[in-house]
Amino acid sequence: MSFIDNLMQKYNSSAKITCKKCNFEETIGNLEQHDYICSNCGNYYRLDARARIKLVTDRNSFKELDKGLISKDFLEFPNYQEKLEKTRHDTNEDDAVVCGTCFIADNECALFVMNSKFIMASMGSVVGEKITRLFEYATEHQLPVVGFTASGGARMQEGVISLMQMAKVSGAVKQHSNAGLLYITVLTDPTTGGVTASFAMQGDIILAEPKALVGFAGRRVVEQTTKSKLPDNFQKAEFLLEHGFIDAIVPRPEMRDVLAELLMMHQGGAKA
Amino acid sequence: MNSYVKLKTARKNGRPTGSAYIEKIIDYPIEFHGDRRFGDDLAIMGGVGFLEGKPVTFLAMEKGKDLESRLVRNFGCPKPEGYRKALRLMKQAEKFHRPVICFVDTLGAYPGADAEERGQGQAIAESILEMMGLKVPVISVVIGEGGSGGALALASANRVMILENAVYSVISPEGCASILWKESTQENVAKAAECLHITAQDMKDFEVAEEIIPEDFENFSKMCEDMKTILTTAIQELSALSEEEIVRQRYQRFRKFGIFEEKKGRLFKK
Repeated sequence: MSFIDNLMQKYNSSAKITCKKCNFEETIGNLEQHDYICSNCGNYYRLDARARIKLVTDRNSFKELDKGLISKDFLEFPNYQEKLEKTRHDTNEDDAVVCGTCFIADNECALFVMNSKFIMASMGSVVGEKITRLFEYATEHQLPVVGFTASGGARMQEGVISLMQMAKVSGAVKQHSNAGLLYITVLTDPTTGGVTASFAMQGDIILAEPKALVGFAGRRVVEQTTKSKLPDNFQKAEFLLEHGFIDAIVPRPEMRDVLAELLMMHQGGAKA
Repeated sequence: MNSYVKLKTARKNGRPTGSAYIEKIIDYPIEFHGDRRFGDDLAIMGGVGFLEGKPVTFLAMEKGKDLESRLVRNFGCPKPEGYRKALRLMKQAEKFHRPVICFVDTLGAYPGADAEERGQGQAIAESILEMMGLKVPVISVVIGEGGSGGALALASANRVMILENAVYSVISPEGCASILWKESTQENVAKAAECLHITAQDMKDFEVAEEIIPEDFENFSKMCEDMKTILTTAIQELSALSEEEIVRQRYQRFRKFGIFEEKKGRLFKK
């Protein structure tokens, strides 16, 4: 159940929600109709994985893979176990990524969607394992992969094992790529740290949502290092586009069509 | 020795840096410069030379020895052009079928505005991706600090070794402390270092490193002679594999990392 669905259930579609950017109030029903974009200021609400899947995939086409992988507090890290339990309860998700297969306007693909509402979608063993398995599955079944990224980076509560996930996933991406298969990443707000420094930036085609924050180091750290004020658009999708690091910025209402066209265009790439 | 003492030791002034190992271990080294795209990052040195009579490509992060050289080396914090130089030299090694030896020692990839503008994340991502497909043996030795993704970019290797007092971590203990307890006081940093499990022994236990190399800086030449033997043996073993096997061995090496529970179906139904 998605964050928005939760809200819907708790209230109803006529309940009001307030935009964090401009304080504009509108009904949840209205917001949903506008792809969770504020109808006053155009602010993109962050989406959880289920809402994103609903927005992008053909109705009832999503088949989830590798459910039931649960993070373990193997380092007995301060507050990690509590944090996991609370987040699982609040989000009703196992961990920070949902993987599966789906159709996007009749184009079959493997899909992963990261969920920033789950410990800032940080990458630990479970996130690394699920995405690795998805790439292995896609390689075996000759499917393209579409991945929506969002992450605060590697999950420090799992120490160096979470760092190793970067290489593990990258190895699976490389095999998928060597098989001649397409990988599209969609960078959403915020994509940072070890996820940016691995599979987020490894797509054949890299798309981003408008104004999404995408970077390696955190803004505050960069400011401290550089000892100067950074431009407002620093590490925003527009900044990355300008510096040559992404292929295109795609507004949320057009994302499904753009993905469908790209998938269609690359159909049979591996088999032809 | 506890984690914090190890951290201090790994960062200690006077500890041999990357260039010292190249000097002692690689015969007739010739340094190569530049990423052919933007510039030359002196935080990473690279080139070719001989190891026990066989050509190898070497890469080393270099922190510098005194203030002047540290400034030139950017304190061993590489920028994107450093990783792109390293990748260029690794691809060159692949073309000419020679193994790659990486000496890893960095607090982390440089977190400056210029590095971000030039795609620090992309540079590291590409380095890891390409390393995972490299058809020649790659051996990485963590000689001081293995700082997060900035270190992994030269450590996505077939075999990883770590010096006795070196550390390897997903985040600097300072960074971790400031996230967890808002302030990175010495006490908090020490606690964070403990929590993160960053020592050589931890790496051995997690199989993140296959081998711990003893330190003896008083007899550095002897220490490097022994290290040379270890590296040569490892290269011989890996060179016996076919290109395909080399890639597969590396993938399997990383594929196994992950500690989690797996249960059928969704567990947390409301």
